[in-house]
Amino acid sequence: MENEVTIRIGGESGEGTISGGDILALASARWGYHVFTFRTFPAEILGGPCLFQVRISDRPVKSMGDYADVLICLNKEAYDRNIGDLRRGGVLVYDPGDFTPESDDFITYAVPFNELARKEVQLFQTKNMVMLGAIAGLFGPPLEALLQVVESRLSKSRKANPILMEKNRLALDVAYRYVREKIEKRDPYQLGPVEKADRVVLNGNQAVVAGALAAGCGFFAGYPITPASDIMEALAKELPQVGGAFLQAEDEMAALAAVLGASFGGVRAMTATSGPGFSLMTELIGLASMAELPAVIVDAQRAGPSTGMPTKMEQADLSFALYGGHGDTPRLIVAPANVADCYTLMGLAFNMADRYQMPVIFLTDQSLTARVESVDRSVFQPFTIEGRLEYGKAASNGANGANGASSNGKHEAAAALAASFARYAYTASGISPMTVPGPGAIPYSATGLEHDEHGHPDYEPEDHTAMMQKRFRKLETAAQELPQPEPYGDSNAEIGLIGWGSTEGAIQEAVDRARAKGYKVASLHLRILSPLPDRALRNFISSVKTVIVPECNYSGQLANLLGARYGLQPIRVNKFGGIPFTAGEILRAIEEVC
Amino acid sequence: MVQSTTPTLTLKDYKSEVKPTWCPGCGDFGVLNATLRSMAALKLPVDQTVVVSGIGCSSRFPHFIRTFGFHSVHGRALPVAQGLKMARPDLTVIAVGGDGDFFSIGVGHLVHAALRNIDITAIVMDNETYGLTKGQTSPTSPHGHKTKSSPYGLLASQFNPVATALSLNVSFVARGYSARPKELAALIEQATLHRGFSFVHVLSPCPTFYNTFDAWDAAVAPLPEEHDPSNRLKALGYALDSEKQYIGLFYREERPTMESVAREVVAPREFRIEEYIQRYA
Repeated sequence: MENEVTIRIGGESGEGTISGGDILALASARWGYHVFTFRTFPAEILGGPCLFQVRISDRPVKSMGDYADVLICLNKEAYDRNIGDLRRGGVLVYDPGDFTPESDDFITYAVPFNELARKEVQLFQTKNMVMLGAIAGLFGPPLEALLQVVESRLSKSRKANPILMEKNRLALDVAYRYVREKIEKRDPYQLGPVEKADRVVLNGNQAVVAGALAAGCGFFAGYPITPASDIMEALAKELPQVGGAFLQAEDEMAALAAVLGASFGGVRAMTATSGPGFSLMTELIGLASMAELPAVIVDAQRAGPSTGMPTKMEQADLSFALYGGHGDTPRLIVAPANVADCYTLMGLAFNMADRYQMPVIFLTDQSLTARVESVDRSVFQPFTIEGRLEYGKAASNGANGANGASSNGKHEAAAALAASFARYAYTASGISPMTVPGPGAIPYSATGLEHDEHGHPDYEPEDHTAMMQKRFRKLETAAQELPQPEPYGDSNAEIGLIGWGSTEGAIQEAVDRARAKGYKVASLHLRILSPLPDRALRNFISSVKTVIVPECNYSGQLANLLGARYGLQPIRVNKFGGIPFTAGEILRAIEEVC
Repeated sequence: MVQSTTPTLTLKDYKSEVKPTWCPGCGDFGVLNATLRSMAALKLPVDQTVVVSGIGCSSRFPHFIRTFGFHSVHGRALPVAQGLKMARPDLTVIAVGGDGDFFSIGVGHLVHAALRNIDITAIVMDNETYGLTKGQTSPTSPHGHKTKSSPYGLLASQFNPVATALSLNVSFVARGYSARPKELAALIEQATLHRGFSFVHVLSPCPTFYNTFDAWDAAVAPLPEEHDPSNRLKALGYALDSEKQYIGLFYREERPTMESVAREVVAPREFRIEEYIQRYA
């Protein structure tokens, strides 16, 4: 018997496919298992095919798995769409009322989901509970683990009522008993008891929100867009509870403009968006860079271009994040690789924004926004919050920091301090001391115009040259100060994989499997893409014979960047159908090189 | 707003060392003067006042004032100002700009500023033309107006800023004229004191590209003394007058402001990640 199983549920959007899958994942995780989920759904709320896949294991899980071990089909279309992804010899669970599968390649179990829901439970909406009961009876987790999650969910729901709860319980029970009595188990998948561990279970967007709050974010403005809306909705609820403010903006330009206003006011501020909204923000990203204002911009990448595929993943905004906008515009880019990163890197992103007085683009993607992982609770530590480099506050004289009070020594000192204040002073690090409005602060004007050290508009060639250098110097400073990634795998590797973003798990799993086959392979994963971790990259590239760059986009955006920077011509492995890599796909690419 | 204890402040206390870049005779000088005068009268603390602008001749404004300033991008003065005020309700926030900023590229933001009623003051310098780009038509240019961008005469109708603000139910609507800086200063003063979104439309001619001084001298008239600023329908009537350009306070209503209501919905407490993450256990 194997203590690991990948279960895929295929069904129709709106019939509880996804929520049923969520309950399965959560129950398994609470029972002590590691989980990793993947889901796709149509952009419509009701109707259209959707799938939910969860990999459940007693060992840490890095990717969604190459194939499903178990495929649960809630209708015939789900069978047609997903049967190709079921492992040969895997288990197909279907409703004999819908169709009869013809292939002998799989172990098949017939469970009349529809009939059980209609006739036994007498409430068709419980079909997903019937499905869960069948899963519990066939593979685990135990019925009680599922029931606990269902009860706690329903108690929080608006639909909560004792009759509905009773029907859910009945549905779980009816299906559980049905499969136990009627089905002779012929497969090896059985989740046995495991030791409980101190983990929490959440998705990427939820971790981003937790990270923002722990980082002391005090303002959010945003505009609804798939798949970033849940970040906005969560912060709309949470920010007022911690003394912060929330604004649903009229468009994405207003959203980032409001964020920059709040940031000018000294408050840690962020927005979250996806491709189309990110495009609209471009001009304001330039303003943030020019006026040297901290801001965190989450871009939950989805498949583009244009409206593209709102509910599918892609890693195709890297070039845009790096170069989008007119003029040479320094900006920082952070890309989380997993759910834990969505938390910890938000802490880093806010510190980076404040420290370097620059916009930070946080590149997550659709698959990571919705990916549920079980994460060690110890990951969620409080952050050390760095402040901005603030110019020494003048002694407050009531109305005017440096004006209007009697001419005592305190006043003269304040006046001298004010006179010497250069908001955009040329410094070795490029970082200039700033002020924030408030009693005693020395005023300045932030501007998108080129300006002198005092922030006054200035178009002189010498000034523009020095200011460009100063602004870009901050990136050099950041490159020196920010953490460098460590290679993963064989320290004498001949083949090196370089990746970024949500593909890390699949890449590392491929490295593990290739090494088990005797190949000398390692990988390097980039979490900061601007500035690039130069030292780590140069060392890694020079230590291997061949570099492979797997990424989920058409043009090979990281490969292009590495080519431009290091003259590297890596082997490009690109997937751009809207679905993340499996470890197997990357393993095949490694094997092709060997 | 924090009132100063300093006895007397004058216009000079608020004037920065940066010389205005405007053409001689530009209406914006009058508006700047009136604004500085209102600031002095209110003893606004320079360290707790922020003037936000967009892009255009008039949007250079913040550089000429000693308070904090934020010269942003074209059309976005209102969202910058609202974000700032939401995050820092203790500050006095004034958004300034021209007819291009507020009625063309950024007109969408006007609607939402009205709906939110965040306590900021908008001062719009309207010269009915695009001065910085040398005289193309603006939304407030009159129908038939001939410019380089309307060589056969402007085909679109003319935008009515005050009538629009009134129809959006902006909680404070006034109009001033740059050539009457004293009255204008008084209006800006009232607008700054008003709790909520206040909108001051200022006729501010561009002598270089579209000189409307004579026309406005003839058309400008104070609102009748008996006008009751709580009567929005009457105010709309004055705003729609096709002959006269009425100046004064059209409409005022005290309504809750979004930034204060937003802070009253729940009692804030300290954030602790150990506590927060428990929901995912």
